[in-house]
Amino acid sequence: MSAQALETRGLSMVYGTGDTAVRALDAVDFQVAAGQVMALMGPSGSGKTTLLMILGCLLHPTAGSVWVEGQALAGLSTQALTRLRLRRMGFIFQSYNLFPALTAAENVQVALELKGRDLGEATALLDLVGLAGRRRNFPAQLSGGEKQRVAIARALAGDPPILLADEPTAALDSVNGRAVVRLLGDLAHAQGRAVVIVTHDPRIGELADRVVHIEDGRIQDQF
Amino acid sequence: MKTGPLHWGAGMAGLLAWRNLAHDRSRFAVTLVGIIFAVVLIAMQIGLFLGFSDSTTNVIRHTRADFWIVAKGSQNFEVTLPINERELFLARSVPGVAQAEALLVQFTTWKTPGGGTESVIILGTDLNTGLAGPWNIVEGRLEDLRRPDAVMIDRVFMDKLGVSRIGTRVEINNRRALVVGFTQGIRSFTTSPWVFASTRNAQRLSGFAEDQTNYVIGRLRPGADPQRVRDDLVRTLPRTDVYLSEAFAARTRDYWMFTTGAGASVLVSAVLGLLVGVVIVAQVLYATTVDHLPEFGTLRAMGAPRAFIYKVIMGQAVISATLGGLPGIALSLLFARGSEAGAAVILVPPGLAVALYGVTLVMCVLASIVSIRKAMSIDPAMVFQR
Ligand SMILES: Nc1ncnc2c1ncn2[C@@H]1O[C@H](COP(=O)(O)OP(=O)(O)OP(=O)(O)O)[C@@H](O)[C@H]1O
Ligand SMILES: [Mg+2]
Repeated sequence: MSAQALETRGLSMVYGTGDTAVRALDAVDFQVAAGQVMALMGPSGSGKTTLLMILGCLLHPTAGSVWVEGQALAGLSTQALTRLRLRRMGFIFQSYNLFPALTAAENVQVALELKGRDLGEATALLDLVGLAGRRRNFPAQLSGGEKQRVAIARALAGDPPILLADEPTAALDSVNGRAVVRLLGDLAHAQGRAVVIVTHDPRIGELADRVVHIEDGRIQDQF
Repeated sequence: MKTGPLHWGAGMAGLLAWRNLAHDRSRFAVTLVGIIFAVVLIAMQIGLFLGFSDSTTNVIRHTRADFWIVAKGSQNFEVTLPINERELFLARSVPGVAQAEALLVQFTTWKTPGGGTESVIILGTDLNTGLAGPWNIVEGRLEDLRRPDAVMIDRVFMDKLGVSRIGTRVEINNRRALVVGFTQGIRSFTTSPWVFASTRNAQRLSGFAEDQTNYVIGRLRPGADPQRVRDDLVRTLPRTDVYLSEAFAARTRDYWMFTTGAGASVLVSAVLGLLVGVVIVAQVLYATTVDHLPEFGTLRAMGAPRAFIYKVIMGQAVISATLGGLPGIALSLLFARGSEAGAAVILVPPGLAVALYGVTLVMCVLASIVSIRKAMSIDPAMVFQR
C-alpha cells in the first residue's frame, strides 16, 4: 500500500487540564491521498482548525499519531517540523495573511526565497492563479478573491505536495469562493497534490472529492 | 531543491524590513525623530563632558612645560598659595633642568567700563621664553603685553567683560589695566574668564610681591630622565609638590571632573542620555514589530527559519539606526560648531561622530532583541485563530 499524503490514527487533542479541559478531538482516524481534495466540515467549535493545525505540524496532539507522506511526526524536533512545513506544505488562511507592505509578486517571492527557489518563478505562479496583471499591486489594492489567489500562489511556491486551507472562502462571496475552490481542485488534480479545505459552506463541500464531517471532535462519516 | 543560508541573504528579509518601516510613514517618521533625538541627546551630553574635560586642562596643555612646581598640598589648578621665587632658583640648580620660570594663576576682580564687577583669573607668563602664555591671538601682538598695565582677554568674554576693542581701559583688582589684544576660543572651566599678562603685570595686578609666584614651570634637558629629575626636584624643594606635565594635567582634570563632582554629574547625564536613547529606540522598534506581529506568525507558520525573522527585525534596526543616526550625528556636529562661540563648548570630535553611529547601531540592535523575543514568543498556530 502506498503511503497516504496525510494520515492520522487515534488522534486526540485536549486543551487545558482539570475542570477547564476541552476535548477538541477524540480518536480521529483520517486519511488524505495525493491528488485528492478533501473538505472538512462541521459546526463551530467541532475541532476543524485543531485538526488542521495538527496536520500542519503546528500543534502536538495529546494522543495518537500523524504521518506526513509516510513519515511519523512523533519524535521529530521543532526544527525538523519547521523544515517539513517549509518543504512539503503550503498554507492558506481565511484572512489571507499577506504581507501588506509587499506587492503581490513580492509576497510570493518571500515564500520562494524561504524555499530556496528562484524568485523569477513568482510570475508563473501568479499567472497560474490568473493574476499576471496584478503583480505590482499591494494587497490593499486587491479584492478579497484576488488576495486569496495571491495567498494560493504563495502557498504553491516551492511546489509543496500538501495544501492546507482553513476557511479560505469564508471572507469571499459565493462566486469568488467557488472560483477559489475550483482553483484548488484543479491544482490538486492536475499536479497530484493533497488538499484539505476546512469550510462551513455546503456548496464548497460539493466541489470536493470527499467530504468529512466532524462534530464534537469526532468524525461522523466519510464519503 | 536549493536551500541554505545563502538564499536567505538580506534579499526578501531586507526588503520586508525596509517595507515594514516605510509602509507606515508617520510611524517611521516618529521612529526616526526618536532616534535623532536620542543620538543628539547622547552626543550633547558626551560632547559637554569632553568639552568640560578639555577646558579644565586647556592652559596646561597649551603650556610647553615638562614639569610644574606648586605650593605643597595644592588641590586646584586655579587656587594655590604663592611660592617664593627662591624655589625658581633652586629648581634651576637641579641637574637635568634646562630652564625654569615663574607662572602666575590668580583669581581677582575685573571692573568693566560700565561699572560692573566680574571674577577673572590672571595668567601671568614669561614672555621671553614662549613656554606659556596666550595662544590663538587674533587681534594685537604678544609683544604688546610687555607694555605697562597691558592684558589680553578672549573674544568669547568680550561682552561679559564689557570690552569691545583694543585700547579699552579697565580696572583689575583696583589697579589700572589696558586691553591690548584678543585671543579666540580660550574658555575657562571655572566660568571666570582668563586674563593674559606678563609675569610682572600679573604680579602687580594681583597684588603679589615681586618675588612671589604660583607656579614654577620648566623644561628638561634633552635626554634627561623625567622621573629622576622629578625626584631630585622633590628633594631640593621640600615646600612644594612637583608634577610632570601629563600627571599634572591628569590630576587637574580628575580634580575638576571627579573630586568636585562637576564632571561626574555631566558623566551621569551622558549615561542617562544613553539609557534614554536605548529606551526610545527600543520603544519605537518594538512598536513596529508589534504592528507586524501577525506577519511574523505567518512567516513562522510557513516554516521560515529563525534566522529569517532575526534578519527582518535586525534589518529594521540597522535601517532605522542609519536613517536616524546619520542626521542625528550631522545635527550634533552642527550644534557643536554652534557652541564654539559660546562659553560652554560641546566637543564632537570625528572619533565621537563615528562612535555615535556605532552606539546608535548597538542601541538599535539591543533594542531589537526585545522585539525578537516578542516575535519568537508568538505561537505560529495563531495564524489560524482569528
Ligand atoms: N487554544 C485553545 N485553548 C483552549 N481551548 C481551545 C483552544 N483552541 C480551541 N479550543 C477549543 O477546542 C474546540 C475546537 O476548536 P476549533 O478551533 O478546532 O474549532 P473549529 O471547528 O475550527 O471552529 P470554527 O468553525 O468556529 O472555527 C473548541 O471548543 C474551542 O473552544
Ligand atoms: Mg476554525
